[in-house]
Amino acid sequence: MKKRLLHLRVNGEPREVAVEDNKTLLEVLREDLGLAGTKHGCETGECGLCTVLLDGTPVLACLMLGADAEGTDVRTIEGVSDRGRLRPLQSAFAELGATQCGYCSPAMILTAEALLKNNPRPTRQEIREALSGVLCRCTGYSKIIDAVQAVVRAEKL
Amino acid sequence: MKRNEFSVIGKPLPKIDAAARVTGAARYADDISLPQMLFGRILRSPHPHARIRAIDIDEALALEGVHAVLTGKELPEKYGIMAPTQDEEALAIEKVRYVGDPVAAVAATSEDIAERALGLIKVDYEPLAPVMSIEDALRPTDEAGKIHWWTRIGNIQKAVSFEFGDVNAGFEDADQIFTDTFFYQGNTHLPMEQYCAIGQYDPRDRVTVWSSTQTPHYLHRALSKVLGMPMSRIRVIATAIGGGFGGKTDPFSHEICAAKLAMLTGRPVKIALSREECFYVHRGRHPVKMRVRTGVKSDGRLTAMHFATLLDGGGYSSYGLASVYYTGALQTVTYKLPAYKFEGARLFTNKPPCGPKRGHGTPQPRFALEVQLDEIAEKLGIDPVELRLRQIVEPNSVTVNGLRIGTCGLRECVEKVVTRAGWKDKFRRLPRGRGIGFAASTYISGAGLPIYWNELPHSGVQLRVDRGGGVTVFCGSTDIGQGSNSILAYAVAEELGLDPNDIRVVTGDTDLTPVDLGSYSSRVTVMTGNAAIEACARLKAILLPTAAEVIGVAAEELEMIEGKIRSRFDRSRSMSFIDCVERAEARHGTLGTTGSYRPPKHPADYKGAGVGPTPAYSYSAAVVELTCDADTGVIKIDKVWIAHDCGRAFNPILVEGQVEGSVYMALGEALMEEHAFDETGLHKHPSMLDYKSPTILETPEIDTILVETNDPEGPFGAKEAGQGPLLPVVPAVSNALYDAIGVRFHEIPITPEKVLRALAGRISSVSFPEFTYPAPVKWQPGQGVKVPQKS
Repeated sequence: MKKRLLHLRVNGEPREVAVEDNKTLLEVLREDLGLAGTKHGCETGECGLCTVLLDGTPVLACLMLGADAEGTDVRTIEGVSDRGRLRPLQSAFAELGATQCGYCSPAMILTAEALLKNNPRPTRQEIREALSGVLCRCTGYSKIIDAVQAVVRAEKL
Repeated sequence: MKRNEFSVIGKPLPKIDAAARVTGAARYADDISLPQMLFGRILRSPHPHARIRAIDIDEALALEGVHAVLTGKELPEKYGIMAPTQDEEALAIEKVRYVGDPVAAVAATSEDIAERALGLIKVDYEPLAPVMSIEDALRPTDEAGKIHWWTRIGNIQKAVSFEFGDVNAGFEDADQIFTDTFFYQGNTHLPMEQYCAIGQYDPRDRVTVWSSTQTPHYLHRALSKVLGMPMSRIRVIATAIGGGFGGKTDPFSHEICAAKLAMLTGRPVKIALSREECFYVHRGRHPVKMRVRTGVKSDGRLTAMHFATLLDGGGYSSYGLASVYYTGALQTVTYKLPAYKFEGARLFTNKPPCGPKRGHGTPQPRFALEVQLDEIAEKLGIDPVELRLRQIVEPNSVTVNGLRIGTCGLRECVEKVVTRAGWKDKFRRLPRGRGIGFAASTYISGAGLPIYWNELPHSGVQLRVDRGGGVTVFCGSTDIGQGSNSILAYAVAEELGLDPNDIRVVTGDTDLTPVDLGSYSSRVTVMTGNAAIEACARLKAILLPTAAEVIGVAAEELEMIEGKIRSRFDRSRSMSFIDCVERAEARHGTLGTTGSYRPPKHPADYKGAGVGPTPAYSYSAAVVELTCDADTGVIKIDKVWIAHDCGRAFNPILVEGQVEGSVYMALGEALMEEHAFDETGLHKHPSMLDYKSPTILETPEIDTILVETNDPEGPFGAKEAGQGPLLPVVPAVSNALYDAIGVRFHEIPITPEKVLRALAGRISSVSFPEFTYPAPVKWQPGQGVKVPQKS
């Protein structure tokens, strides 16, 4: 398979990586850039676990070719912490039991971050709608909504 | 013990590994990448039932990039999770028994090449007539129609029958007898993380397997058997696990193949399964048909019950021996039942094998029992909650089938949950289309017996104490997200008066950690917690005399709290934990202790009494309120109230999380999840889009109430929380739907199509085929072993 040189920003840093044309962004992130924090549960766009932020918007990295990310700014879970310290959404997930097995947590946290950027005071229903593309099998979702609401109440992201 | 006696237990602390799970730092199996690693793929049978005439691997082997092609001939030793039913092969040798049965495995330099190589393997199959239903499996058949040659009649793996107390007298004593049939469809765990294993061989003739497994010890044993290597040469490491729910408790083909391919190639081999493969590999909830005959007095008290089950087991035994008993064991543990007959049979069919899913074998009978009680209450003109309250089992009693009940908080659960839900104002009073339903249940806090018979501990803990005051806990348990690593840290921190963040926890590594049987049967908190407390007690026996000498008080007077060892009576008389550790090490040498746990004995001594006993039964009660749209058949769950007797909440946030996750999973089973197959053995919905499970939009608000009964068998009084709360929710949905639209559903999932059919008057009762179970084993309460009761 032909390779091309892909240029993009990942978690604020410019990166160049040679990728096969048929590789998904998910594969590029996990296999070529070593960022295994982005998870996968189906590779067919059904579970939402591979959500990353592309220029601030949540996208499913399994449904997008890496080549199409040329020139974009990608944010993964590895880029969320601040110098090794948890950001408010991460702390809220950790402290309020919103992460059990943790496999959906990267996608949930990034999606919630995008929501709060656009809508800093979402209702419970708005939180539900924003997160509805990501499946969680552990929590029953209640504590995930609680965690996002806790950040909303603290009014800092 | 009062709650305020604790400094760690009962506090809403974050899990010790929560930070790793919210930063992407946690390493799951598929996140592991080793130098020189090859990628494996498994060729699976396209036939539900066929003989293998020949397998030609030459072309696949010749493909550039292929390093090895493995067939069953190289792994002939059979295995299986239960000792008496070793009927699985890592790769099928003579026969395939379901679509998806592994036939060959390839290791190549990329997944793409491995996948292409699978296409070059030629398997010559002779298709056989498939057995696709419970009814098919019961029919007598010739040898060709048998899925396993050793079944005696038809495809019956195991049939059992018991009679406890005087069942005839019980039915004679009844004012009314109710007979109903039920069907609980199969469903799957659907953990978000797909199965994945990595094998690595080292030249000292040792093999390491990393796997997303809930039961590294059982995998360790199976690998040793199939690879023909001593356990001392095999290391199993359970990685961070992205959900299990019982789906990762069998030893699996891909785990064995990863190890064998690594041995053949000398390079690490990773086998990661696709989501579609996960639907076939699963070992999920058994589809079960049930017939329930229940005798009651006119005041609703039970006089006798005859419960019959038929389990659609799939192509192999898996945990099936236990599953069939579990469909009968726990009916006696919620309401007083003076006489009980149970008959059960597990059948082989040409579908993926079923096994344990959250509640293992008990959600199906609980559904039937609680829906029937709701109907009985209505026919007798008694409120269904009142009918239950009249006959809740007594704490510290023994059931008719010889199960010893300790604490029982069911009454408190029922009273709290109906009060919070406003039951009295809503039941039979909501407008048509809206309804409210109730059910209750019980579950085990760990199985009383191990999977393979032995006298060894079920859980072992080692403590290492170092000069800097740090403590490391080693335990073979696996944290599947429920927080069992944190439970170890909390227990040790509480006992030694330390901060949980000072406790390091090493788990799930057979080279490093003493055996714990694994994360199944809701056993981990009770068993590892007790083992950890024993290890701490032994450490205290070393530390406290040292401290006593220094401080100048009797060792019995000392307590360990806030990083200090001090007199209970004079807080100024104290020394630091670190100081004490240093002095104790100077005196005794390197410090370390062990602790272990075995469940208590139960009174029952009949054959089959091994399933059902536990250190402590948890109890749950649930109320479901829903709205049903008569035009579309769509059911919307408005709210669920649930109360759970967890003994003591080790950490209320984690317990609530288990309860809420159970409620969610139950709603999926009740309304949409369906593991169904067409007549050619193909899964009807092998993707997350087609296999409907509740999203955040379908999951309602859940009001969780924790009831604490401080069980003497549990560590700090704790019982289980991970599985029991699923059980009452499924029947409560059916009962609420009756309240809403006046139709009884004896079958789940209750899909919109079924609702519309029912509203059109086209609902048919569940058929229960004629089957003669073996003559019953008879047992009378009072027989058996006398066992002391802790208080």
